[in-house]
Amino acid sequence: MNLSQYPVLAPRAGGQAWRPSPASERLAGGVPQAPLPAGQRPAQPLPDPSDWTFELIERYHAAIAATAGRFGLDTYPNQLEVISAEQMMDAYSSGGMPVGYRHWSYGKDFLATERSYRRGHMGLAYEIVINSNPCISYLMEENTTAMQALVIAHAAYGHNSFFKSNYLFGMWTDAGSIIDYLVYARDFVAQCEERHGVETVEQWLDSCHALSNLGVDRYRRPSRKNLARERAEREQREAYAQQQVNELWRTLPTRPGKDNALPGNERFPREPEENLLYFVEKNAPLMEPWQREIVRIVRKIAQYFYPQRQTQVMNEGWATFWHYTLLNTMYDEGWLTDGVMIEWLSSHTNVIYQPPAGHRAYSGINPYALGFAMYRDIRRICQEPTDEDRRWFPDLAGTPWLPALHHAMQNFKDESFVGQYLSPQLMRDMRLFSIHDDASQRELLVSAIHNEEGYRTLRQTLSQQYDLGAREPNIQVWNVNLRGDRGLTLRHIRHQGRPLTSDVQEVLKHAARLWGFGVQLESVNADGETPTLVYAVPAPPA
Amino acid sequence: MALHIIDRRLSGKNKSVGNRERFVRRYKQQIAEAVQRAVGKREIRHIEQAETVTIPRKDIREPLFRHGQGGVSDTVHPGNSEHVRGDRIARPQGGAGSGSGSQASNSGEGDDDFTFTLSKEEFMELFFEDLALPRLLRTHIASTQQYRLRRAGYSHDGTPQNLALLRTMGGALGRRIALTRAPQRELKQLQAQLEALLEQDDGTSEPLIELRQRIEALQARIARVAFLDPIDLRFRSRTRVPDPSNQAVMFCLMDVSGSMDQARKDLAKRFFILLYLFLTRHYEKIDIVFIRHHTQAAEVSEDEFFHSQETGGTMVSSALVLLDQAMRARYPAGDWNIYVAQASDGDNFTDDNAQCASLLAERILPQVRYYAYVQVVQEEQGLWHAYRQLARQHAHFALRKASTAGEIYPVFRDLFKKEGVAV
Repeated sequence: MNLSQYPVLAPRAGGQAWRPSPASERLAGGVPQAPLPAGQRPAQPLPDPSDWTFELIERYHAAIAATAGRFGLDTYPNQLEVISAEQMMDAYSSGGMPVGYRHWSYGKDFLATERSYRRGHMGLAYEIVINSNPCISYLMEENTTAMQALVIAHAAYGHNSFFKSNYLFGMWTDAGSIIDYLVYARDFVAQCEERHGVETVEQWLDSCHALSNLGVDRYRRPSRKNLARERAEREQREAYAQQQVNELWRTLPTRPGKDNALPGNERFPREPEENLLYFVEKNAPLMEPWQREIVRIVRKIAQYFYPQRQTQVMNEGWATFWHYTLLNTMYDEGWLTDGVMIEWLSSHTNVIYQPPAGHRAYSGINPYALGFAMYRDIRRICQEPTDEDRRWFPDLAGTPWLPALHHAMQNFKDESFVGQYLSPQLMRDMRLFSIHDDASQRELLVSAIHNEEGYRTLRQTLSQQYDLGAREPNIQVWNVNLRGDRGLTLRHIRHQGRPLTSDVQEVLKHAARLWGFGVQLESVNADGETPTLVYAVPAPPA
Repeated sequence: MALHIIDRRLSGKNKSVGNRERFVRRYKQQIAEAVQRAVGKREIRHIEQAETVTIPRKDIREPLFRHGQGGVSDTVHPGNSEHVRGDRIARPQGGAGSGSGSQASNSGEGDDDFTFTLSKEEFMELFFEDLALPRLLRTHIASTQQYRLRRAGYSHDGTPQNLALLRTMGGALGRRIALTRAPQRELKQLQAQLEALLEQDDGTSEPLIELRQRIEALQARIARVAFLDPIDLRFRSRTRVPDPSNQAVMFCLMDVSGSMDQARKDLAKRFFILLYLFLTRHYEKIDIVFIRHHTQAAEVSEDEFFHSQETGGTMVSSALVLLDQAMRARYPAGDWNIYVAQASDGDNFTDDNAQCASLLAERILPQVRYYAYVQVVQEEQGLWHAYRQLARQHAHFALRKASTAGEIYPVFRDLFKKEGVAV
């Protein structure tokens, strides 16, 4: 799913993967069973001139914060930063990272963003929010007061509380130190450029980027480390890593009883390794220490985005649900004028628009639309369950909606969230259907629609659609020719017979640059039978 | 709830500049090619604008392992209006809803070209880089700065012909008044006393004589104040102010006789472009006059100049006559800096060469700042010989040959090199 397809409130967020937020930071009282009662009704609504002022932002923020607190939204402290459109494009084109190392591909993104913005093809994202502590939300200067209120509710309370409470972010990212790490990465890359030349470093980064999707640990949780330790350990790590590598590639005969050599016939690595960047960082024989460090930086940043890539529907849905709920509540309680309401509702409607399949504007399921609809549906199931809901969600129907919603936000990722909560009612509302595409057949098959016999298939299919493991090719480090040409063998296990794109040869060249020797890739069927396709690139020139 | 609002609008602008530079550097070759293509299509006076550059997307894609077309996939879509389970539908040709899962949306942009806009500065840098133009151009401009004398009030020194007489005499009068004020007052008193004494006296008394002496002394003192002192002198002052000589006209003369094919015209055009760029950096306002000729000359629009197909024999002097007329009618040499760039293959009607030389020597060269002739073929013919004679006598008449695109820039630089700088 391409983020830029839903530009109005584009999600940018992340966190680095080494420390869960301490339990003490979490909301002391837990989530209330029902929204807490409102305070006194204001004598008159907040002023709504189209031009915002700092004072107005503060007043809107105070009202939104108070309302959010009543719904038990637990957030990091907020830092709102007012920026210009150009700065928004800067931020947008560096993957939403507030600081980042220099690379041409960010320049390319910037030029593309700038062009479509200038030509009016795309509205700029009204907001970008960063998973950091304090949580930084960007407010664009050009926004009206009403839009700033929307952004504050959406980003500073919606996304912010998601970052703080969702288990993936809690387990894998450390909001407290991410900015520091990015600064460290930028400085380190700049130093390398000075020492080794911009072009050398650029090529190295290119190669790392090409493999960054394979630079993620899916299951191993990172150890807790803060930046100071990270930096302090770098030198130590460089020396040690080289020593380990030397050990692996030693050619001296082993001394009996003193060395633990790998038995000659054993495979290396012993288990297939899915984190290719990790593998080369630890084992590539010819890498310079600075090169290892850059591999590590790219790997860490890929990891930083990993929870985000798995929770797009949930995260956007959550933020959208809360700006919708908070602003509506505030309107009911007399805080907002009709003008403000109409203005943000118009944006809101654009964001959650889902064109039907076959429509010119259709490009897959809009994560905002799906996520928003699902949280609203959960609330409905809690508050006004039908008999069908009671059958499908016996534990959910009729329970207090607020704790149920928080539970759904905290403990799932897109794949399991859809698998758990997509209701028949919503499938009918969205008129979902599934297509079975078998390349060996001339026609597509409609395998399920929104009816009694299709619900489970639909739910399962959609759930798998959000499984990154199925969306991205499954490629692992398979073997290294330790005694021969040191060639690296990767293995692609085909999911439902799906081949790779023709990019594969190019990516392998990058892999060969990192590894320093020849690299080949075997594409095998799921049953692991003999490879049908082998791609190979020779060792890069020294 | 803690809140910080930070106004970042003024800080951290242009954060992406470094990334943008890296991008442009990396694709310099493709961009330079695009620039070259663009230049070919451009009108001369638009040459300097920002340029939209297109690079084939396949050149800038970042490769990743991705699922390709094929195999089996199951996807869910919204908005079913007619299908029931088991329906078979034709496979859509690419695009959305093709049922190939994430691949469809990932590659939704397809292999379109990647288009972006180079700023004016970036464009010029690349344009000159393409021509291997060093940064010397700027020094050219600085060194050829023109000055003009402007009136700047009065000064204490200067040449006699600049003496400001009134101002000087006014000053002198003032000085005299100032210096004689006290003695005059005293003189008046003494004279009053003298007259009073004369009424009572016969004019021989002691105090009267003393009074007379004092009066004489005072009058002498007053008379000693100079009528005109050097410090009174005031001269009309002029100061040298830099003068970006505000207007220039460039005549582009091109031979469009039968022998000038498209390649030769392109050579000429490249030369005109360089000259134009050079001059726009030098002058605030620049006019361009396009004159094309075969046996007859005509003043034409830029578009016609380069694209018209009309052709015929050659009579170079026809263009020179027209140039002379236009120059004298519309661009008096006192008000305009006149430049001429002529491009031809030198294949002229034999009898015409002498005519050209005399027109140039007598009518045109005295009026113009610089006259550059570029012959776009190697062979030297009658016109070349005639012109070479002329060049020996006139320093601001230059002729060069350039028969390939690559030679245009060196020739240009040679023509416009600074005094004493080796090319």
